[in-house]
Amino acid sequence: MKCVFKELGRYKKELLLIVLTVLGTTLSALGLPSLLMRLIDVAIPNEDMAMVLRVGGFMIALVIFGLLCGVATSRLSATVSMGVGRNLRSKIFEKVQYFSQTEIDRFSASSLITRTNNDISQVQVFLNQCLRIAVQAPIMCVCGVVLAISSSPQLSGVLVISIPLMAIVLVAIAKIAVPLSTKIQVKMDRINLVMREKLTGVRVIRAFGTVDFESQKFEAINRDYQKTNKKLQRTTNLVMPVLFIILPLTAALVMLMAANQSLNKGIDYTIGEVMAIIQYIMQIMMAVIMLTMVFVMLPRASTAAARAKEVLDTEPSIKNKENTKDNTQKRGYLTFKNVSFTYPGADVPAIKGLSFEAKPGETTAIIGGTGMGKSTVVNLIPRLYDVTEGQVLVDDVDVRDYDMEVLRNKIGFVPQKAVLFAGTIDSNIQFGDRNADEDRIEEAVKIAQSYDFVMKKDGGFNAPISQGGTNCSGGQRQRLAIARAIVRKPEIYVFDDSFSALDFKTDKSLRQALSKETEDATVVIVAQRISTIIDADRIIVIENGQVAGMGTHKELLETCDVYKEIVDSQMSKEEK
Amino acid sequence: MIKKKKTSTQKGTYKRLFSYMKPYRGKLILAVILIMLANIAYALAPLFMGNATNFLALVLENGRAAQAGADFLMFLALMGGAYGLNSVFSYIGTSLIVSVTENTIYDLRKKVDYKLSKLPLNYYDTNSYGDILSRITNDVDTVSSSLQQSIYQILNAFFTIVIILIIMLNISGVLTFVGLAAIPVALLVASKIAKKSKAKFDAQQKKTGELNGFVEEYYSGHNVVTVFGREDTVIDEFETTNEDLYEASKEGQFLSGTLMPIMQNTTNLGYALVCVVGAIIAILGGLSIGMIQSFTLYLRQFSQPLTQVMQITNIIQSTGSAAARIFEFLDEEEEVPDTENPQFPKELKGQVTFDHIRFGYLPHQTLIHDLDIKIGAGEKTAIVGPTGAGKTTLINLIMRFYDVRSGGIKIDGVDIRDMERKRLREIFGMVLQDTWLYNGTIMENIRYGKLSATDEEVMEAAKKARADAFIRTLPGGYNFVLQEGASNIAQGQRQLLTIARAMLNNPPILILDEATSSVDTRTEVMIQEAMTEMMKGKTSFVIAHRLSTIKDAENILYMQDGDILEVGNHEELMAKDGLYAKLYNSQFSDND
Repeated sequence: MKCVFKELGRYKKELLLIVLTVLGTTLSALGLPSLLMRLIDVAIPNEDMAMVLRVGGFMIALVIFGLLCGVATSRLSATVSMGVGRNLRSKIFEKVQYFSQTEIDRFSASSLITRTNNDISQVQVFLNQCLRIAVQAPIMCVCGVVLAISSSPQLSGVLVISIPLMAIVLVAIAKIAVPLSTKIQVKMDRINLVMREKLTGVRVIRAFGTVDFESQKFEAINRDYQKTNKKLQRTTNLVMPVLFIILPLTAALVMLMAANQSLNKGIDYTIGEVMAIIQYIMQIMMAVIMLTMVFVMLPRASTAAARAKEVLDTEPSIKNKENTKDNTQKRGYLTFKNVSFTYPGADVPAIKGLSFEAKPGETTAIIGGTGMGKSTVVNLIPRLYDVTEGQVLVDDVDVRDYDMEVLRNKIGFVPQKAVLFAGTIDSNIQFGDRNADEDRIEEAVKIAQSYDFVMKKDGGFNAPISQGGTNCSGGQRQRLAIARAIVRKPEIYVFDDSFSALDFKTDKSLRQALSKETEDATVVIVAQRISTIIDADRIIVIENGQVAGMGTHKELLETCDVYKEIVDSQMSKEEK
Repeated sequence: MIKKKKTSTQKGTYKRLFSYMKPYRGKLILAVILIMLANIAYALAPLFMGNATNFLALVLENGRAAQAGADFLMFLALMGGAYGLNSVFSYIGTSLIVSVTENTIYDLRKKVDYKLSKLPLNYYDTNSYGDILSRITNDVDTVSSSLQQSIYQILNAFFTIVIILIIMLNISGVLTFVGLAAIPVALLVASKIAKKSKAKFDAQQKKTGELNGFVEEYYSGHNVVTVFGREDTVIDEFETTNEDLYEASKEGQFLSGTLMPIMQNTTNLGYALVCVVGAIIAILGGLSIGMIQSFTLYLRQFSQPLTQVMQITNIIQSTGSAAARIFEFLDEEEEVPDTENPQFPKELKGQVTFDHIRFGYLPHQTLIHDLDIKIGAGEKTAIVGPTGAGKTTLINLIMRFYDVRSGGIKIDGVDIRDMERKRLREIFGMVLQDTWLYNGTIMENIRYGKLSATDEEVMEAAKKARADAFIRTLPGGYNFVLQEGASNIAQGQRQLLTIARAMLNNPPILILDEATSSVDTRTEVMIQEAMTEMMKGKTSFVIAHRLSTIKDAENILYMQDGDILEVGNHEELMAKDGLYAKLYNSQFSDND
């Protein structure tokens, strides 16, 4: 909750006002019965009409005051709770934007999404419900205690019995309910998991004719959930009935004590005093109940806040150095010098001892099986990860010495998963270069072999792209992602398996069009298909993170067994 | 065919929701009675307390008035009894309601689950996964959590209001009128505010959705943002949406937060007026002090149930729309039931006949125009074509996930529509690229192919599928628990498991989808071997990517744009020099 309190600190003025307005509400609520007492004790016995009207007028003024305070509290607490949520959310989002891939991997994207959205919402809901209570309950408690003791210290002694009693009962119920509610969460997740699986596996389930098996499985967890939930509900439902026994018992006890003390000890009480004390004691106990509500809600909110804080406390592992370098003399040179890379927490390096040098106009291809470390190699170029050993140099400067913006401006990166963002085709291409004009965008789209399908879409370049680009086919997404990289006019092109969703013909014509554009740039291609890389100047075969061979297609066919195996698996003998 | 009913009115939705409680109406009625009794006891308690107070006053004044002391104790006991009964009744009442609502939700879930197994595949293919999922999970959760809460609160509020009203009228009609005069006005104001705050909450809901979508999108595409160095623009855009969300939710929370002070202070206003009027009447000699006091106590209890009702209306609305979405799902058209007199081939050989079939997913569209081919037992049929050519359509038809529009498919002479679906599907072994495995052990997942299989049989199948070796390297071996989507093993391994699963049943006809690029070379070879072993002597349909498979096949079906355009074997089709030949040449010729 620390980060929440820190954010609350920015709302000092509002918080102070909440204390004041809540105090106003409390005073207004407490004032009414005491004014009534005055009517009963003084005005009615004296038959003083003028006083009745005067006190009445005062009461109405007090109600209006209470209303204003109540509305103001609501306004203030909405501002504070929603504001704290907004600020935390902004902070997290900003933080995540500057995370390196290592941090994203560590948390996983889906967990970060939950932390930014749901967890913060939890905190907001908690604040909104509890700010008022957290302020009001102590005020009520203090007012109640002061008033009760000042009326009669002896009778107030009842509190010493009833408050601990109440606390014991509440804690006992919580002891049963909290583990049950954790269990419920697990069972709920289980139900939803099975539902999800049924949805994704509908073909398999029907194909294997296991409908009965599935419904028995569901029946069991459904029944289990129902039973546990009943137990939980029955436990938490105990709270109110038990309290409604303790509260009146306390009142009865006060009355009994008053009678007893009056009879046996000669202490005199007026009936007004006894009634007042009962009211005050009720007030205190209500405040305690309200506070327990806060404590019931607190664990959930504080878990959420802790999860958010974990993100805020994480420093990105890849940052700019203090003195950054640049080299404006050279353009399009890429060097790997004995590069090794180990993923955090892994025992075995994903890349080991990789060295090569690429000049402008050259194409370097990387090939190998899945999980062999091909993507890892290219991720090191724009510093999505930093090398563990060795150096990656762009234009003879270590990538870690660049200002990251400068470095990344030199690179046109097409990731393995062709991600598009909600917006238009235009806005997605412009994501590559915010200054690109229409001509440049059109040019890039043409090179990426996308012009035809873009023009066929409603609105052409202004055609909407839905979230994740789901209204484009895989191949279209890939081509737009390529256009996005082209529009930058980068020095180094990186294609991470970016041609896999294209048919052979499009693949070929795209590479032809691209070759003109990349005359003075370096191209790095990760590929699965031999046909995509057959003409590369340099093919690097990666096997288990190590270089199994390097050279042209022809050379490798002679020298590299792994390469031959890959070729064999893709073409039958007579095709070679 | 059942026509799709639209639950158009909200009223209809609630009525239907309540009809689900019918089996438990005995309990529900008992709960209503108990809650009513609890409320009566609760309302009587202050009366006893008032009397106890009066006698206590006597005791305090006169010292040893024995009779007063006894009366005081009696009323005190009555008060305790009344509160005690209130607690006991209301606890039993709520427990009964818990039982009714939990049973109802259980039934509802079961119905939803049953429906899932009855819907035609078409429903799953045409509706978005997210939408169906949200109906069968989130919406059911919403109904479940609000049902129990709101039923008790409504009942309780209703009885409290009625009983207190009766008691107050009994004490003084004039004071009741004075005390409650402001309430209709307050209700009017409150309902206006509630309406306004609902609009704000809807806006908040919308903005939350937008923001969640935005966050999801840019977190999943984080590396793109990074490599293009566009963090600042993305953050700016986020701030705008976040600010909008803040504004909407702040207003919504503020407005709904005013409901409580408004209702409370309206009753307080009534309280003040009652004090004044009561005092005047008392001075004029029409009312005792004790009566004023207990009247004001009742009046103060009035505001709570009113505020409660105001707050519940919001919950009820969201329950209504969630329930409506569930009912819409439950009303979806179901699969055509199995025929009354099912038939089955006397001897299963695996001969498949497509007899002039015509098919399209949508009524106005025809994909397959006229497929007429006889596939002999033990033959291999390769389905080829460019990506997106609709190669799974054929599988959908053979396994009767969809029915043909005209013509018919026969297996060993029996039309598949004359068979029970379950028995028909047992004839097939299916291995698709979309490898569905579920959260459970590997043993359980393979056994899914034949639920009665022993552990030994499962392991035997795994060995044949070349999966045994990798399974043994996993912690726990066959007891290794797969996560949802089997995300804790590699794609190629998943495929080996699905092969083992299909092999377990030893079915006479196979439907296979060959692995493509997503699997590394070595695993690919293993998958290939496993599939070849499985196909020995069986009729098989293969969505083929590999030349060797295609060349070996007795039949090749060339598909494009959803239709089967060419049929024949490799030599025949090459000689024809048509579409198949063109595809073949474009894919393999330039790989010199």
